[in-house]
Amino acid sequence: MSELKSSMTDSVMDALGDVKDPEIASVSILDLGMVHEVDVTDDKVRISVLPTFSGCPALHIIERDIKKAIENVEGITSAEVKFVFTPSWTTDRITPEGRERLKEFGISPPPANHVMGEPWEIDCPYCGSTYVTMENIFGPTACRSILYCKSCKNPFEAMKPVADMG
Amino acid sequence: MTQETLKPQEKKALIELLYQLADDDFLLSFRGSEWLGLAPHIEEDVAFSSISQDMMGHANLYYNLLEDLGEGEADRIAHLRTPDQFRNAIILEEVNGPGTYLKEPDYDWAFTVVRNYFYAVHKHIRLDSLRHSSYEPLAEAARKIMTEQYYHLMHWEIWFKQLMTSTDEATLRMTAAIQKVWKDFGGVLTLGPYYEEIVKANFIDDENVMKKRWNNKIEAVLKEVGASYPGEPRMERGNGRNGVHTEDLKQATATLSEVYATNPATGW
Repeated sequence: MSELKSSMTDSVMDALGDVKDPEIASVSILDLGMVHEVDVTDDKVRISVLPTFSGCPALHIIERDIKKAIENVEGITSAEVKFVFTPSWTTDRITPEGRERLKEFGISPPPANHVMGEPWEIDCPYCGSTYVTMENIFGPTACRSILYCKSCKNPFEAMKPVADMG
Repeated sequence: MTQETLKPQEKKALIELLYQLADDDFLLSFRGSEWLGLAPHIEEDVAFSSISQDMMGHANLYYNLLEDLGEGEADRIAHLRTPDQFRNAIILEEVNGPGTYLKEPDYDWAFTVVRNYFYAVHKHIRLDSLRHSSYEPLAEAARKIMTEQYYHLMHWEIWFKQLMTSTDEATLRMTAAIQKVWKDFGGVLTLGPYYEEIVKANFIDDENVMKKRWNNKIEAVLKEVGASYPGEPRMERGNGRNGVHTEDLKQATATLSEVYATNPATGW
């Protein structure tokens, strides 16, 4: 990779770090592990993105925001965004920073290395207690559940674990 | 297999299968969305609308696969077909009950639970087979859908078992709903007129194998909740895979497509 291309890729990645999940303002698409491949060729960028939930209404907004952010990078004239399903987006792709930012937003991050069908341990994002109850496995968006912390008496949300089922 | 390596007769069979998969999810998610604000309690409203949203997403994934195969734009496929072009099973287009969403909806929750649970069991079996489909884009989509559908199946199974073992009135209503769904659920379990080509190309398992898996599972669950197994589900009102439908489908597509049909450029 030439030095110029490498610095251009860095600028594009920086721009992607500013693209937030429209429904979770503190978390970027990089934090969520949604970005699969970024290809910078001359002044054109091709990026493949892994959708979190297939019916997520935020996908169109994310696509628009990615294009806008990348086309603002100096030296880039066009960006093409493609949603792909291989590899599958799983909650293991969320970065350590992403997990911290989810907590700041009041959302408990999903357990790492979750196996579908096995019990799912959720800690309160506010006080860290494990003394919590599941109020509704479905929540305000497709990717979240609603819980209640019996220790600090706060309602909170958790991101549903999604693991590859083979 | 990929789009490039499909033989013409295989492509035709694959397109038929994709319409079945897409239209099943599309119609049942529409019926689900009509419950918004009317579900038995607020937590169910949140859960059911989330499930309907996921299912609409699944239909969209399949419509996009059809778009890739040259069937036209996904939105047009969803909104501008005539009823005879739909391939969903008849039981999935049926109204939720008397009345309409806007006027005196007297919807039947037992029917909704039974229909959704039976469908979720079959959908899981179908996806479990599709994730090994010879058509790789379909296998990829199925693997994605499976992770979401897992939660739907769990949801409907809880409702089904709880209502079946609840009060006398609940058991009566549920039993009536099972009888009603049973009359036409055979339509979900069939792959329609292109069955042989679909199976020969290894797009999905043989319908008889999947039917047996479904029957075994439902028979075991019915036994668990103390109900009797009514024998093979029937297809009394015809086969939706052949384009045979009821007035309920017309009503559904007319409502669904009202905005798009008025002006395809409108955001909806």
